[in-house]
Amino acid sequence: MIDFLNAFVALSNFVLIPAISYGAQLALGALGVTLIYGILRFSNFAHGDTMAFGAMCTILVTWLFQSWGISFGPLPTALLAMPFGILATMGLVLFTDRYVYKFYREQKAKPVILVIVSLGVMFILNGLVRFIIGPNDQRFSDGERFIISVRNFKDMTGLKEGLAFKTTQGITIVTAIIVVIVLFWFLNRTRTGKSMRAYSDNEDLALLSGINPERVVMITWLIVATLATIAGTLYGLDKSFKPFIFLQLLLPVFASAIVGGLGSPIGAIAGGFTIAFSEVMITYAWKKVATYVVPEAWAPDSLVQLLSTDYKFAVSFVILLIVLLFRPTGLFAGKSV
Amino acid sequence: MTDTMRNTVYFAGVALLIVITGFVQSWNSALFILNFGLISAIMALGVNLQWGFAGLFNVGIMGFVALGGLATVLVSMPATPGAWEAGGGPVVGALLMGAATVVAAGIVLKKMAAGWLRHAAVLLIIVVGFFVFRSLFDPAVALIEDINPASTGYLGGLGLPVVMAWPVGGVLAAAVAWLIGKTALGLRSDYLAIATLGISEIIIAVMKNEDWLARGVKNVAGLPRPAPYEVDLQDSASFIERANSFGLDPVFASTIWVKLVYASLFTVVLVILFILAQRALHSPWGRMMRAIRDNEHAAEAMGKNVTARHLQIFVLGSAVCGIAGAMMTTLDGQLTPGTYQPLRFTFLIWVMVIVGGSGSNLGSVLGGFLIWWLWVMVEPMGLGLMNFVTMGMSEGSALKEHLIDSAAHMRLLTMGFVLLLVLRFSPRGLIPEK
Repeated sequence: MIDFLNAFVALSNFVLIPAISYGAQLALGALGVTLIYGILRFSNFAHGDTMAFGAMCTILVTWLFQSWGISFGPLPTALLAMPFGILATMGLVLFTDRYVYKFYREQKAKPVILVIVSLGVMFILNGLVRFIIGPNDQRFSDGERFIISVRNFKDMTGLKEGLAFKTTQGITIVTAIIVVIVLFWFLNRTRTGKSMRAYSDNEDLALLSGINPERVVMITWLIVATLATIAGTLYGLDKSFKPFIFLQLLLPVFASAIVGGLGSPIGAIAGGFTIAFSEVMITYAWKKVATYVVPEAWAPDSLVQLLSTDYKFAVSFVILLIVLLFRPTGLFAGKSV
Repeated sequence: MTDTMRNTVYFAGVALLIVITGFVQSWNSALFILNFGLISAIMALGVNLQWGFAGLFNVGIMGFVALGGLATVLVSMPATPGAWEAGGGPVVGALLMGAATVVAAGIVLKKMAAGWLRHAAVLLIIVVGFFVFRSLFDPAVALIEDINPASTGYLGGLGLPVVMAWPVGGVLAAAVAWLIGKTALGLRSDYLAIATLGISEIIIAVMKNEDWLARGVKNVAGLPRPAPYEVDLQDSASFIERANSFGLDPVFASTIWVKLVYASLFTVVLVILFILAQRALHSPWGRMMRAIRDNEHAAEAMGKNVTARHLQIFVLGSAVCGIAGAMMTTLDGQLTPGTYQPLRFTFLIWVMVIVGGSGSNLGSVLGGFLIWWLWVMVEPMGLGLMNFVTMGMSEGSALKEHLIDSAAHMRLLTMGFVLLLVLRFSPRGLIPEK
């Protein structure tokens, strides 16, 4: 019995908690991609770098606060700085929309042209972020490191396995839940949210019923900026902030959005967790858990790791391919224009 | 001004830029730009084939280029003594076994009636196949990697002349492109983009981690060269004599000569591929491709198999990128999987194609040279600009230091601006498609 408890604790420590917090970060990122796709109808390749930009602004304000001696008690100061990061990112996306994307929207350019335009924006944002904060790792987390640390857990329960629950993981999960609730309330209950969904479902009908498309687009960008900044900051807090990482994050984020069905917000969340759990479970060395669960004679010698962690991108990619092959519209039947 | 005149002016302009670089900086860097410009032009031709002819959006160019690089190692390096005996058979066997698993799963999926039994069968085949694969593969790999890991520890290559690697690189890239095209083509256009983005990351991950294949991040250095070594030239009496007769220092002359040899080899490849691409564009096949690009539904109604044609041109374009990748690794003389970055190897090529003029082969070649020149020169120019901007600031101020340090990142900014400006104000590029 104790063995099973130990196995479960090890599983939670190394698989469940990391996968849930990573999944929450991916889901927030994928929500941004999917909203842009639903309303503006193109895949925004600049999204990863929008996340990086938002996180960077948050970091800069965090440093400012830290230098002023402002702190948030046991919580990271970055949470206090995040609203400012969100504002800056909102300014940025509205600027790019006004001076870059709007022109093509009015021309009714093909979606693929908009994708290429977003590549250009990606270049600029990536350069900007590296220019301002440099290409290196930045640490900006402070406050308590753990909600539950390994030692405390062992003392508390007397189990052999420890469980660490990092503050950043807790914050990630709580924030993601709040954000998702607010977002769905907004989309389903408010007039503006409803007009956004109407516009996403059928542009012509929405225009006929008097919805102002520019307003819908603006609000979408504002929401996307908020989501991107939150996702970027949480990822940076939990792992570390490095401009290059956000470019690599583009693949799992897009995979989440497509697996869930492009254009479907609930799909983006499901997709994020699908990708995160598969990535963590396939690259985790199961030896520890297996040793507790199976009889001693069967205990594995090898690490029982299906794939090395360097191949975690391969996991999201294979899931993506399988979904494309068998269910091209994604789990939650997004649109396929 | 006629088109021919305009094009001549453009190319003369780019040539002038390179020559000025030669005078201002050094002839070695000018020839460096020329050589990489030739390679970039070939990559741009490949991407233009996909995007310009057929409207396919490939953001995995980096992967195909890297496969070309891999081919260079596999073809030209000598076989590691004892490696094949140690584990070559089992590795190949394991890989075949893995492929067989996938095929078997595919067959079951097709033949069996839908239902939970089919799911179970497919799952069983994949799980069993995977564990058999790992049990064959892992020990063999360990044996290979144990052979003198400091200098080899990989299977090695075939020991053939390095130029043979170029077509092989094309074939490798084509094979992978076929696999991707088969899954992602025929779906909406963005899916191809994401799928290619993914495969390129995976190819790089494989090359970084599979040490038995090409030493991973330990790099393979000292690839055989199609050109003589500078040191040998400097020792050769006849070369020194010839250099002296031109009034050149033998060391300088040898570096220039080697680069010129590369340049002429690359020019031959570029000219061949350019002529082929031009012939393709103006053949019935090329016209059909463009018709499909402009109106898929009409082409389909006329009985054209759009997905098959797309697959065909996607494979061809990727093959061209593979050839260019093999040439680039040959020029570098080493394979360094850690240096493949999507911004440099995928998105930069896109800037070349768009700036040059999508759909126009000549434009792609021009874009390849021009953007490569800009990419190299932005850094010194950015540094100059920053020095100018910060002139008024006090010595040792943090902002000044930061600005000067960050000048290196001007590249991405500049490329982004160039791309956006061209898309906005001259979307057909410098040399528009006719």
